[in-house]
Amino acid sequence: MYRYDEFDRTLVRERVAQFRGQVARRLSGELSEDEFRPLRLMNGLYLQLHAYMLRVAIPYGTFSARQMRALADIARRYDKGYGHFTTRQNIQYNWPRLDQVPDLLNELAEVEMHALQTSGNCIRNVTADHYAGVAAEEIEDPRIYAELIRQWSSLHPEFSFLPRKFKIAVTGTPHDRAAVKVHDIGLHMCRNEAGEPGFEVLVGGGLGRSPFVAKTIRGFLPKHHLLSYLEAILRVYNQLGRRDNKYKARLKILVHELGAEAFTELVEAEWAELKDGPVELPAEEIARIESYFAAPPYETLTGEALEAQNREFEVRRFEDRDFARWLRSNVAAHKAPGYAIANISLKPEGGVPGDISADQMDAVAELAERFGFGEIRASHQQNLLFPDVKLADLYALWQALGRHGLASPNIGLVADIIACPGMDYCSLATARSIPIAQAIGERFADPARQHAIGELGIKISGCINACGHHHVGQIGILGVDKKGEEFYQITLGGAADENATLGKIVGPAFGYDQVVDAVETIVDTYLDVRAGGETFNQTLARVGFAPFKEKLYAAH
Amino acid sequence: MADRIVTANRLDDGLVVYLNGAGWSERIDDARVAGDDAAADILLAQAEGPGQAVRVVDPYLIEVTRVGAVVRPVRHREAIRALGPTVRLDLGKQAEVA
Repeated sequence: MYRYDEFDRTLVRERVAQFRGQVARRLSGELSEDEFRPLRLMNGLYLQLHAYMLRVAIPYGTFSARQMRALADIARRYDKGYGHFTTRQNIQYNWPRLDQVPDLLNELAEVEMHALQTSGNCIRNVTADHYAGVAAEEIEDPRIYAELIRQWSSLHPEFSFLPRKFKIAVTGTPHDRAAVKVHDIGLHMCRNEAGEPGFEVLVGGGLGRSPFVAKTIRGFLPKHHLLSYLEAILRVYNQLGRRDNKYKARLKILVHELGAEAFTELVEAEWAELKDGPVELPAEEIARIESYFAAPPYETLTGEALEAQNREFEVRRFEDRDFARWLRSNVAAHKAPGYAIANISLKPEGGVPGDISADQMDAVAELAERFGFGEIRASHQQNLLFPDVKLADLYALWQALGRHGLASPNIGLVADIIACPGMDYCSLATARSIPIAQAIGERFADPARQHAIGELGIKISGCINACGHHHVGQIGILGVDKKGEEFYQITLGGAADENATLGKIVGPAFGYDQVVDAVETIVDTYLDVRAGGETFNQTLARVGFAPFKEKLYAAH
Repeated sequence: MADRIVTANRLDDGLVVYLNGAGWSERIDDARVAGDDAAADILLAQAEGPGQAVRVVDPYLIEVTRVGAVVRPVRHREAIRALGPTVRLDLGKQAEVA
C-alpha cells in the first residue's frame, strides 16, 4: 500500500492549515459565500440539503485497517455515527459542521488521507479495478499507474481550473471492473504485438445528462509515456473545452463535437511537443511506486497441508448452505493458490446502499487485520472487500461478518443496487433514490430467489446527473420531477464493462408507488423468457423490448 | 398567492433554518409567514440584510401551507428539508417526526 513521503505529508498538512484559515475568514465574514464556495469545494466540502457534506478520497479504493478506524472515529465524533461509500470509491460524511471540518481534516491527515480534489473542476480521485493486484488475469497492477496519476495531478497548477470536473479510471485486466468506458479518460492495460504492457487510451466517456461511451484514441501507449499523453489530452481539453455552458463543458461533449478522429489529431500534435519531456516515467520511478503495491507474504501450502485445508473448506461448503451461497456470490478467484477475494456487501435488506456505521467500520478494520493483511478495498459498486483471504479463513470470516450485519450474500445480484443519495440528501436531486433501492431490496430479500435470478445490476439515480450510473445498469432507474411528483424512468440493457452500452428507455415513467412493481415485472419477464444461462442483457438482445413492454404496459 | 417563508442553511453547521421574528429557527413552525408579495419581499430583504451573511447561506423564499400552527412546504424537496431525510428514521429530526 502506498505510504506518504515527506512531500505528501507536507502538502496535505499545509492544505489543512490553509483551509482552517479560510473557514475562519468565512465565519468572521471576511469572505463572502461566493468567495468561499470554490475554496470549500476544492477541499471536498459541499453544502447539501440538510447540512454540509464532506467527501473523503480513497485513492483507487485502497485503504488500511488503521485508516478505517480513523474513518470510524470521525463518523462518531464529527458526524452521526455513520459514513457512506460512494460510486467513485470515496466515503462521504453527511453531517459535519463547518467550524469542525479543519479538525476533521487534521485527523484524516494523521492517517494519510484527505478530501482534496473530490470536488471542483479538477482531476478527481483516480479510480481503479477494486480487484487490482489480486485478479488472476491481470497484466499489471493498475494502482501503480493510478498512484502516479494521483501524484502528477494533485494540485497540478495547469489543471486546477478545468472547464469542468475530470475523471480518470484505470484497469489492468481484459474484463473491465472499473467502468473505464464511462470516464473522461479510461486506461485499459493491454499488450502490444511484442508482448509489452501498455495502455489502450479511451476518451470522452461519461454519464450525466449527455451520456457517451468512450472512444479509443490510441490502441497502445507505452507505459513510460503515460503522463505526457495524459497531459496532451488535458491541454487540448483545457484549451478547447467550453466554459460558457456547464452542461456542455465536459470532455465528452468536446470529443463528440469535434469527432474522435479530429480530437486524436489535436492530442497527437500536442503530444509531439510533450513526448520525451520532463513528465516521462523512468523505469526506476515505476519500479519505486510498484514496490508499494508488492504482494503480502502469502503462505504457500503444499502437499498434505494444502489438501487438508481444501478438504476442510469443502466440508464447510457442503455442510452449510448459507455459507455456500455467500461463497457463490461474494467470493472471487485470487491469483495466489489457497487465497480468495472476499467481498463485503453494504446492501443489507432494507439498508441504505453504501452506508456503514462506525461500529461496522471498526469491525471491518479488526477483521481486515485478522484475516486480510490489514488491507481493505472500496468498490464503485458501494461495497467493500478484503483482497487477500486464505481459503481456510473464509468460514470464520463469514461468521464474523454475519455478527456485524455484513454478510449479505448478494454481490452482483438484484439486491446489490447502486444508488446515489438522491433527494434525501442531495441538493441537485429531483427525486429520491434510496427508498426505491430499499424497497427493491426488500421485495427481493429472499437470498434463494436472488441467486435463482443470477447476476443483475440495478442502478438508480435521483437526477439527470447520473451519480447512480443508471445509464449503464442492466435495469437503470432515473428519478425525475413531474409537476412536483416523483416519477421513475426505466432503461434496460446498459453495461459498464468492456462491452459498455447505454441502456434504452423501455417506456413511460412510473410513479413512486409503481416503480418497484415495475422492476419485479421486468425481472419476472426475464425469468420467463431467458434461455439456458443467459444474462439479462443476452436475453434482451435476443427477445428485444417487446415482451417487457407488453408486461409493463399491457394494462394501460 | 400562496403563503411564503424564508429558509436557508445555517453557516456554522449547515442545518436548515427558517426566518422567524427573532432570527433563525430550526423549526419550520416557528417561521414568520408572508401572505403577499410585499410581505415576502420584506422577509427576504431581512434575511439578506446586514450581518446575515455570517449567520446563514443563500436564503430564499419557499411556498408553504398553514393548518393552524403547522406550517408545511408545498414542494416535496422542501418538505424533506423541513422534516429530514425519509430514510435513517432512527436519527436526527426525522426520528422525532417518525
